Amino acid sequence: MKYLGKKIITLIMTLFLVSAAAFLAFQIIPGDVVASILGTEATPEREAQLREELGLNDPPLVRYVGWVTGVMKGDLGVSYRYSRNMNEMMPVAELIGDKLPVTLWLAAVSLVLIIAVSIPLGVVWAKSGSHVLDAILGVITQAAMAVPSFFLGILVTYLFGILLKCFSPGGYVSYETDFAGFLGYLFFPAMSVALPKIAMTARFLRNSMLTEMNADYVRTAYSKGCGKERVMYVHVLRNAMLPVVTFLGMIVAEIVAGSVVIEQVFGLPGIGRLLISSISTRDFPVVEILILYITFVVIFVYFLVDILYKVIDPRIS
Amino acid sequence: MKKDFHSKKDFHSKKKLCSFLFTALLAMAVLGGCADSTGESSGDNSSMESQADSQGTGSGQESGGTEEDSSAEESASGEGMSEADPAGQDAAGDMYGGSVVVGIQQDIDSLDPHKATAAGTKEILFNIFEGLVKPDENGNLICAVAEDYTISEDGLVYTFTLRDGVKFHNGNAVTAEDVKYSLERVAGLLDGTPLISTMKTIQAVDIIDEKTVQVTVDSANTELIYSFVAAVIPSGSGEDAGADPIGTGPFSFVSYKPQEGISLAKNPDYWQTGLPYLDSVEFRITGSADTALMELQGGTIDLYAYLTDSQAQALKGSHQVITAPSNVVQALFLNNALEPLNDVRVRQAILYALDKEAVNDFVGGGNGTLISSAMLPTLKDYYVDLNEAYGTTANVEKAKELLADAGFAEGFDLEIAIPAVYEFHMQTGEVVVEQLKAVGINATIKGMEWSTWLDEVYNGCQYAATISGITCDMTPGYLLNRFQTDSSKNFINFTNAEYDEIYVKAQESLDSAEKADYYKQLQKILCDEAGTAFIQVPANMTAISRRLAGYKFYPIYVQDMSTVYIIE
Amino acid sequence: MAAYFVTGEMFQGKGRAKADMKKKNRGRWRKNTPQRKNTPWNKYLTAGMVMTGIALILGVAGFFWTPYSTTAMSASEKFAAPSLRHLFGTDNFGRDIFSRVMQGLGTTIVISTLVVFFSGLAGILLGAFTGYFGGVLDEVVMRITDALNGFPSILLTLVIISLLGSGRQNVIISMSLVFTPSFVRIVRGEFIRLKDADYIKRARMMGAGKFRILFVHILPNIFSVFWVSVMIGFNNAILAESGMSYLGIGVQPPDASLGNMLSDAQGYLQAAPWYALAPGLTIVWLVLGFSLFSEGIRRRAEGKQ
Repeated sequence: MKYLGKKIITLIMTLFLVSAAAFLAFQIIPGDVVASILGTEATPEREAQLREELGLNDPPLVRYVGWVTGVMKGDLGVSYRYSRNMNEMMPVAELIGDKLPVTLWLAAVSLVLIIAVSIPLGVVWAKSGSHVLDAILGVITQAAMAVPSFFLGILVTYLFGILLKCFSPGGYVSYETDFAGFLGYLFFPAMSVALPKIAMTARFLRNSMLTEMNADYVRTAYSKGCGKERVMYVHVLRNAMLPVVTFLGMIVAEIVAGSVVIEQVFGLPGIGRLLISSISTRDFPVVEILILYITFVVIFVYFLVDILYKVIDPRIS
Repeated sequence: MKKDFHSKKDFHSKKKLCSFLFTALLAMAVLGGCADSTGESSGDNSSMESQADSQGTGSGQESGGTEEDSSAEESASGEGMSEADPAGQDAAGDMYGGSVVVGIQQDIDSLDPHKATAAGTKEILFNIFEGLVKPDENGNLICAVAEDYTISEDGLVYTFTLRDGVKFHNGNAVTAEDVKYSLERVAGLLDGTPLISTMKTIQAVDIIDEKTVQVTVDSANTELIYSFVAAVIPSGSGEDAGADPIGTGPFSFVSYKPQEGISLAKNPDYWQTGLPYLDSVEFRITGSADTALMELQGGTIDLYAYLTDSQAQALKGSHQVITAPSNVVQALFLNNALEPLNDVRVRQAILYALDKEAVNDFVGGGNGTLISSAMLPTLKDYYVDLNEAYGTTANVEKAKELLADAGFAEGFDLEIAIPAVYEFHMQTGEVVVEQLKAVGINATIKGMEWSTWLDEVYNGCQYAATISGITCDMTPGYLLNRFQTDSSKNFINFTNAEYDEIYVKAQESLDSAEKADYYKQLQKILCDEAGTAFIQVPANMTAISRRLAGYKFYPIYVQDMSTVYIIE
Repeated sequence: MAAYFVTGEMFQGKGRAKADMKKKNRGRWRKNTPQRKNTPWNKYLTAGMVMTGIALILGVAGFFWTPYSTTAMSASEKFAAPSLRHLFGTDNFGRDIFSRVMQGLGTTIVISTLVVFFSGLAGILLGAFTGYFGGVLDEVVMRITDALNGFPSILLTLVIISLLGSGRQNVIISMSLVFTPSFVRIVRGEFIRLKDADYIKRARMMGAGKFRILFVHILPNIFSVFWVSVMIGFNNAILAESGMSYLGIGVQPPDASLGNMLSDAQGYLQAAPWYALAPGLTIVWLVLGFSLFSEGIRRRAEGKQ
């Protein structure tokens, strides 16, 4: 419990540090939200009015403190850039709540793909003693890991979208209007996210299984007269899966934090794209909350991984 | 010159073919009030001939332009949407219904028509809102919420008569009160904050009777009428937080989702009887111009403007592609206050070094219109062709000579700041860098994030040179305005006393011919002084799905969906 | 953008398991494990060296000589398909893509190598001290790395650009900052794991100094784990560089980098697929060659033992 308490305190400290750093960053970088909203056609009067409307006339520090107090009370603030309609500013919570499902579903579909392909692949790979298969899979997985996700997105678009016409690139379907269509569209970006991860996970599982196969308990199991298949699936795979699960957890953290590149290439309105556009329009409240969200996800998953590692390997304190 | 002519002609021929409906609306004179042109009267005679005829009858300052239009139209050959014309007349009943998805590039900045400033937003709001007057596809003004208007001799009093039967999307009829409210709101008479700068001049808005509104301004300006395109909204609605945007346009607002898009539905009470055809229109934000191409091919969007040339080429086989001059002026802006660009010879050398034709060929597929000063060639009455001055291809000898005169025989370093999101300008930059290299100027590109560019270059004037585009409205003096010495938009730091003097004279002039003459003088000064290296008016290439017809191309930044219908 | 760090991070887990596996593999039950010949040379090493070598030679040569000018434009040769004249075809300005790939390869290798070098070095120093000594310093560094992890690299880069101005050296500085946390984590994790290992305890008893223990006894033993994250870091550095070009803060045109070529090419996927394929496959070639090379080294090291 003391451990948990310490973790929570460090989490809060980190979140505060991150938000302060983002605040500082926004003081340093040029450009402001009013200019970016009004563009080249701004009139001085309109600029002053918008500044007033957005509450930008207070000193930055006052605004930041106000924002922090708001967040602590559970009020995530309103976006400068996006309005819900004519005069009402878009609450950040609503804005992010709208984008989050896209990113979460992308993560889910990717994870399903990763698990469905990499686990059988890893098992087959570990079980086979063939040098040829080992070499082939070794090179293929290494090649898959060498493809930058940006390029992979382009390749998938070109191959499946343009040449084979399996999907219409960019034709994102909102999850609210057509959920099946949404999932169908997500398949291809998810594939681009998943491919390198499949390679990594398969390699990882294979190594993990090879390690387990050499473990004493496996020899004990054999000596007790267990069949090879039984040993493989009941003992080896189960034990080898533990580190793989933590590995998958980290992958989830990565995707949930927003796959900027993939979202951009496939035109998915997710967290990653919102982050990029909010930074470029200097929409401070949105950027802050997104950064906190990403930091939280990453730290939280590391925390889970930490705990799992403690369970697996008591030597790590 | 020859090239220029061709592209112009091309433009009109296509325009004609896109605009076969409501032809009488075209017969509009800016100063002469509104022609009697309601939907009912024009719906019957939508043939090419009547279009040309009715244009010919137009009077006032725009008549020269309209005549040129109709002659170009008569000689036009069919391309694009011509097949739609007979279909449109024969099967009028089948033209109704359906929905269309339009791809757009950026997110909208405001749903408040008076506060929206981004061109990309205005092009959408055009479908929801209307002003007393509105632009048509020839760049003329036609009456919208107003049925007619008169301007007093001294140009200080505008009297608008409201059209009968115009209703807001909420079902209420438009009253003089609504018009008064809307005009006072944009003029800043309500809270002291003018929302549209040109409307600052409005002194008072008076309701004469329930159908007549009188506007008094403090100085005469023949271009002010263009500002009355400002949307008419229900009285009091501007401050009504959380209200839906309510206008009088052919489509009403349904929903908006940040980063995704905006949905509109047909306005069944639209005053132009018979319009619109579509039941709903969705403007969808595409991830990037690259994904837009694929979306067009995949059929998830039906219409997309602002294609690059290579995209247009890729779509020629599967889509209708309309090429026409945009209302954007692309230029290599030079900071006139900065060494060595403060020397007119250096600026002229840069102008001679530029090969605008090559830029146009490489970046715009040869579809742009080359220009040498601050006027859109489509504003025919005001435009003067100055391409002869520095030529449209590189004159390396002359450039080197001028540089040597100015004491820069060895050239100099020049950093060109470009907003990196605009691939068109970035690519232009690459070509320009090569061209400047040939005369010894060592130019480099500094790509910038858009917000940074606005802050440092556009608003901060901290730059040497920049390549960007300026989107113009229909007002002829719009571009010339920013080259006055003390204009707040003069980020070029251009200073010329003679220019300032003539500009004031032009503004004061009430005679359109005289005004046009002043404007031509201004263009000449700007060109001779090499204030800015104007490059081109890029072509706007619009791809339209083959299942659609009736699209009208506007010389300004709007997407009018009211005349679009589905052919199956 | 957080993706960049996390990917590297994941190999913390992988590294540990791998290292554990290696230890257990030593001398035991080799039946199921593929080939571990006692040869100093293997096919991975050969393939890796050949691939990396070709990339390096082309990249280095690109600084001095290219078959065509990398900037000269030709209207008549726009989008020429790959041929003997233009091996990789030409781009939208009629420039020879092969020449630009050569130039871009050199630029990309230099930037990525320096970024991985600086961030790797910082990672080793910070990770070693914090992992071995722990305490307040550890807390502080870990909080900062956590914070950097969630912090969007674009924002960080914009800050650095506005403080230091644009330019290649500043691109390298900001990318190094972005990449450091993942290295710190990996190194720190390994040092924590190894600091109580038997042989370290013995070395301490023998009176070895702290620095000797850190850098002579522990450091060589984390090499294989570290190497994996270097590989990933290298790949991500190439990517991050291309992402920065997209925002206009990376390598500026008309200079070529593999990243900015790839992002330019995206618009011409249909007109000229070779434009995207050339830099894209070059990146794959470079990274794959490098991974095979390191796999070869790893296998050789294991083979020797």
